[in-house]
Amino acid sequence: MTTMTPDRHDHAQVMSAPARVYGIMAEFETAEQITNAAKAVNAAGYRFWDCHAPFPVHGLDKAMGIKRTILPVLVFFAGLTGATIGFVLQAFTNAGSVSIWALVWVSGYPFLISGKPLMSVPAWIPIIFELTILFSALSTVGIMLFMNNLPRLSHPLLSNNRFRRATDDRFFVVIEARDPKFLRSKTEAFLKTLGSRHIEVVEDR
Amino acid sequence: MPNTFHSASTSASTSASTSASKGFVDKDNTDQPTSGRVPLVLNMTTFGEVTHQVCRVTENRPPLAWYVAFAISLSMLGFLGFCVTYLIFTGVGVWGLNNPVMWAYDITNFVFWVGIGHAGTLISAILFLFRQKWRTGINRFAEAMTIFAVICAGLFPGIHVGRVWFAYWLFPIPNSMDMWPQFRSPLLWDVFAVSTYFTVSLVFWYVGMIPDLATLRDRAKGKFQQFAYGLAAIGWRGSMRHWHRYEVAYLLLAALATPLVLSVHSVVSFDFAVSQVPGWHTTIFPPYFVAGAIFSGFAMVVSLAVPARQLFGLKDLITLRHLDNMNKIILLTGCMVGYAYSMEFFIAWYSGAMYEKFAFVNRAFGQYWWAYWIMVSCNVITPQLFWFKRVRTSIPLMFILSIFVNVGMWFERFVIIVTSLANDFLPSSWGDFIPTWIDIGTMVGAFGLFGVLFLLFCRYLPMIAIAEVKAIMPAANPHPHHAHHPDHPDHPDHGGDHGIPAGAAPVLRDPQSAKGSL
Repeated sequence: MTTMTPDRHDHAQVMSAPARVYGIMAEFETAEQITNAAKAVNAAGYRFWDCHAPFPVHGLDKAMGIKRTILPVLVFFAGLTGATIGFVLQAFTNAGSVSIWALVWVSGYPFLISGKPLMSVPAWIPIIFELTILFSALSTVGIMLFMNNLPRLSHPLLSNNRFRRATDDRFFVVIEARDPKFLRSKTEAFLKTLGSRHIEVVEDR
Repeated sequence: MPNTFHSASTSASTSASTSASKGFVDKDNTDQPTSGRVPLVLNMTTFGEVTHQVCRVTENRPPLAWYVAFAISLSMLGFLGFCVTYLIFTGVGVWGLNNPVMWAYDITNFVFWVGIGHAGTLISAILFLFRQKWRTGINRFAEAMTIFAVICAGLFPGIHVGRVWFAYWLFPIPNSMDMWPQFRSPLLWDVFAVSTYFTVSLVFWYVGMIPDLATLRDRAKGKFQQFAYGLAAIGWRGSMRHWHRYEVAYLLLAALATPLVLSVHSVVSFDFAVSQVPGWHTTIFPPYFVAGAIFSGFAMVVSLAVPARQLFGLKDLITLRHLDNMNKIILLTGCMVGYAYSMEFFIAWYSGAMYEKFAFVNRAFGQYWWAYWIMVSCNVITPQLFWFKRVRTSIPLMFILSIFVNVGMWFERFVIIVTSLANDFLPSSWGDFIPTWIDIGTMVGAFGLFGVLFLLFCRYLPMIAIAEVKAIMPAANPHPHHAHHPDHPDHPDHGGDHGIPAGAAPVLRDPQSAKGSL
């Protein structure tokens, strides 16, 4: 799981030889404490670290120095793709006379009804709209999960009993062992200064 | 902190009925104007209490009433299965459909159920965009209601096509016959609108539920529950980096679902409005249908919320304010529907079109006059009682009125569809519709399908958005002292909690985790 350089590896394995260290977690009890702690960890220059909370604490992402996600921009292009597919689909099937290969060879069928124009774009708007929404919504979720590296079936933190309260009423700061600034003793001492009531090493089993 | 359903509901009902003389319970005064009002969540100050209150519904055995309701719903669902099987093996002739009334109960039920769904999306998406914090108590099960209602809705056109084994012709699937759907037809727009609506609602619902499924996973005792909830929670661990993208994604979904929900019932109304049948061919239909859909959907949310909060002891989370607000929306949309009814009549007269005028007079005084007047009484007249606050905050009255609205909205669709088709242009081609027992059985059975799905949801999934409720609690404020008590100095006992103290705070260690601790 963790990709550590050899010297970091040595530091991490001082105490428990067989298990690799994933990181150190510090537990907090209020939204205020975690926000203050996050500001301090960010200011200390750590890079591979995270806060865990049962709900999105307002302003915590800013305190952690998280940049705003690019997700909406990507979703905009997904929406454009949906609109284009909606238009091309209808133009091809109802007004086109060409053949294309889509699993089988298929050709369009020019529907001529009551002398209406073949390219009757106003009548196509509802489906263009629906496909825009469909593509945007599905890609919103798909891209969000992909960027979050989800779904995943296991994670070192999820094996930790104490961490179960991260989805209930506790807040955690976790500094990962792969962080360049991670030194077990120093990081632990640093976390202690933040006012945590409980500090624990998380192993990667 | 009460542990069982009984003691919880007792304490909650005490809080609702008696005054604040009992100091340990919050009086449910959430319906009062804001000054002196308790927060949206009653009798709970910590996050853990909220978690427990919601999760125990899935962790404890359900109350007896759940089993009774489930048995009834399941038998109704069985009857639906019989009716549908009989229909498929025999043909749509087993319904009372005829020429000219080729749409009747089936499409009435379709429009009814699609409409029900709209309140769920309105609560989850539109109220979210308007930053209405009270939505958090009811959005989860309103969204569940949406999904189950759309499933019920989708059933009807699906079996109405007659040869159901050709239902895939509705979709533009590449085939060697070079056969394509007719994209200028509103009926095809409907296929795309409703299937997109279902997909997006399902995704929205599931994404909102991931953090709560993780809560259930982390509390689960049994191996199977741990596995099932663990799989459903897809590894969610409350990471703030995840929450950041999650919140943006949720906002985007809300922004996408809002125009979608307005488009869906507009497209459903095009099924009628784009045709030339008198009584259908009206420009008012899209907004009128959307208002009616929200009206009926909110009535259904009230009909479901009232027994659910009672049965599962959720009165502290679904408070009187939630119900009061929903009743206000019912009143508003009920007035919009009433306006639409009268405007239809006015335009029919003002247009000078003979067929149009006849269609509306025939609706009110023709052979289906009783359906029309049931519709008007239930949709326009009785909701006016919601002007009175005493009615809006009375649990029995609002339950009865919400059932009336459901009945009235079913009849609205019946009136629009059947009276218009039964007497259109030429008297020689008029005909009456009389439902058969299969018609009625399918309609009743659909309620069984809805009931089974909804009861299973109540039993196994988090009925209330736990994470969202926590986020609106006063304790969720990351700057409580700066916001509320600017003059209040930090309490000496908690000195270490605020900011970064110079010295190291004591580190309390859990003996169980001594192996992993430092």
